[in-house]
Amino acid sequence: MHALETKQLTLSYGEAPIIENLDLTVPKGKITVLIGGNGSGKSTLLRSMARLLKPDAGSVVLEGKPIASMSTKEVARRLAILPQGPTAPEGLTVLQLVKQGRYPYQSWLKQWSEEDERAVKRALKATGMEPLAERPVDSLSGGQRQRAWIAMTLAQGTRTILLDEPTTYLDLTHQIEVLDLLFELNELEQRTIVMVLHDINLACRYAHHIVAVKDRTVVACGKPEEIVTEELIRRVFDLECRIVPDPLFGTPMCVPVGKGRDVSARKHAHATA
Amino acid sequence: MSKYIPFRAKSLGVSVLLDKRTIIVAVVLVVISLAVAIANAAIGSMRIHPLSAVRIFLGMGDPTEATIVLNFRLPRMLVAFLVGMLLAGAGAVLQGMIRNPLASPDIMGITGGASAAAVLFITLLPTASVRYLPFAAMAGAVVATAVIYLLAWKKGVSAMRLVLIGVGIEASMKALTTLLIVRSPFYSSSKALTWLTGTVYGANWGNVWALLPWAAVLLPLTAIAGRTLNVLQLGDDTAAGAGSRVNRDRLLLLALCVAMAGAAVAVGGAIGFVALLAPHIARMLTGPSFGGLLPVSALAGGIIVALADLVARTAFAPLDLPVGIFTSMIGAPFFMYLLYRNRKA
Repeated sequence: MHALETKQLTLSYGEAPIIENLDLTVPKGKITVLIGGNGSGKSTLLRSMARLLKPDAGSVVLEGKPIASMSTKEVARRLAILPQGPTAPEGLTVLQLVKQGRYPYQSWLKQWSEEDERAVKRALKATGMEPLAERPVDSLSGGQRQRAWIAMTLAQGTRTILLDEPTTYLDLTHQIEVLDLLFELNELEQRTIVMVLHDINLACRYAHHIVAVKDRTVVACGKPEEIVTEELIRRVFDLECRIVPDPLFGTPMCVPVGKGRDVSARKHAHATA
Repeated sequence: MSKYIPFRAKSLGVSVLLDKRTIIVAVVLVVISLAVAIANAAIGSMRIHPLSAVRIFLGMGDPTEATIVLNFRLPRMLVAFLVGMLLAGAGAVLQGMIRNPLASPDIMGITGGASAAAVLFITLLPTASVRYLPFAAMAGAVVATAVIYLLAWKKGVSAMRLVLIGVGIEASMKALTTLLIVRSPFYSSSKALTWLTGTVYGANWGNVWALLPWAAVLLPLTAIAGRTLNVLQLGDDTAAGAGSRVNRDRLLLLALCVAMAGAAVAVGGAIGFVALLAPHIARMLTGPSFGGLLPVSALAGGIIVALADLVARTAFAPLDLPVGIFTSMIGAPFFMYLLYRNRKA
């Protein structure tokens, strides 16, 4: 049983279709990253997988059941989403935010069961946010804030987590902080993680499975070292590049061709010859 | 986690996390409410000693004094308090639902609809019994809100659309109300203007029993609505991801808000600013979580109106002024302060 699948999925905003007749499988227990140019439909695809967008045709299947046939609460117990640029009300503390993740398990009478308390504590510990639990979310650094939101999705206790551009707006240190955390969580707990990332190099480094979105469909999917080629980048991003192995991880690293100061030894040797 | 007290009663299936600060604030506000009640009973054209007032509440005390307190001052104070609680509840629910701290039923067309209906009743049906005025006001609130909701519907209702259309409807209602007043004879227009300012003058036990069921049902419902409001604060997408049925929840919350605002306005007229003020005061005391915000807002709202009515009734004796003047007098500067504080946001 796959974690998530789409079957002949067609999505549109208004008239023009953004995704057409897409069949896609998301492997269970792995990190899958959607890459593609601006407006390629990767965020739209992610949101439809979280049932935030109704498809024009086709269906999304979550753990073997069509997502449209499940109640919102049922979906929320199996799948959590962290949308782009989430905002918390002023003054809300980290603990108050993470508690919200237990919503699908609570009712107005049962607002803080022992299981809720355990799940929240675990989530805070896993994200290293325990010492910051009483701090207001808006007083934290970018990386800490994203970790707090991730803690909320963790408290939701779902097997699958979707994240829409979790690292956009963060500086490099905090990007690595967030991606390292997600990688560890996947290793430790085998949660299926699907995210949209803009940085191809980070995508190749952290993803087990890459899905490249272009022209209203998926043009390639598979292991980064197998599918990320200069031809793919040319097709998906309309960009000439060189692919070299990342010096630390060996995963494909994309170096774009273009303007810039060329200080490589090659050029100097050429000039003096 | 020492700021919190978890409370669990397994046999009832109840579990809740109580915030210590909220409990303390609520208790203090209850004490203040009692003080305001005693002050209201004691102060007036006939001065009654506070201790005598307490004895009257307990069923004893001088018969003449008891008549004044029990027939006039107590019901009026109870109506003021209940109206304040309902307005505050409506304001808190609306602000939470729209995720905008400046939202209030006064600017969203709800009070405007009630006002237009009430003024229509007063100016076009001057001989009709005033008993029916509250129903007209409530009907106006409900109809206006239904119109706003239907106009705002576009595959669901977003907070932004509700606000924009609400403000538009409010403007139209105001225009209609002004037109009716301008074209009506003097005795009708002065009655209408008093209603529009908001007053609990002449409130009697009939009004109390009319309001009490609304408060007894709706205020506990807001306590239940607290967790839905909390999750909606995080944005529609996050709320849906956490299992909230966003459109349905928003509709239910809107209905709750209209019921509370409608009931309050039906009895007290268009008392302004309480629905805006009380939730903000509560937020400053207990923070943004709605579990504590809603009951504390209600208490704060009740105190504000009861206190404002005390001032309205006694400060300019022998004149008995509409309470709405004093809620506006505190409310308008506070609103400006809020705008000032949010200027960088």
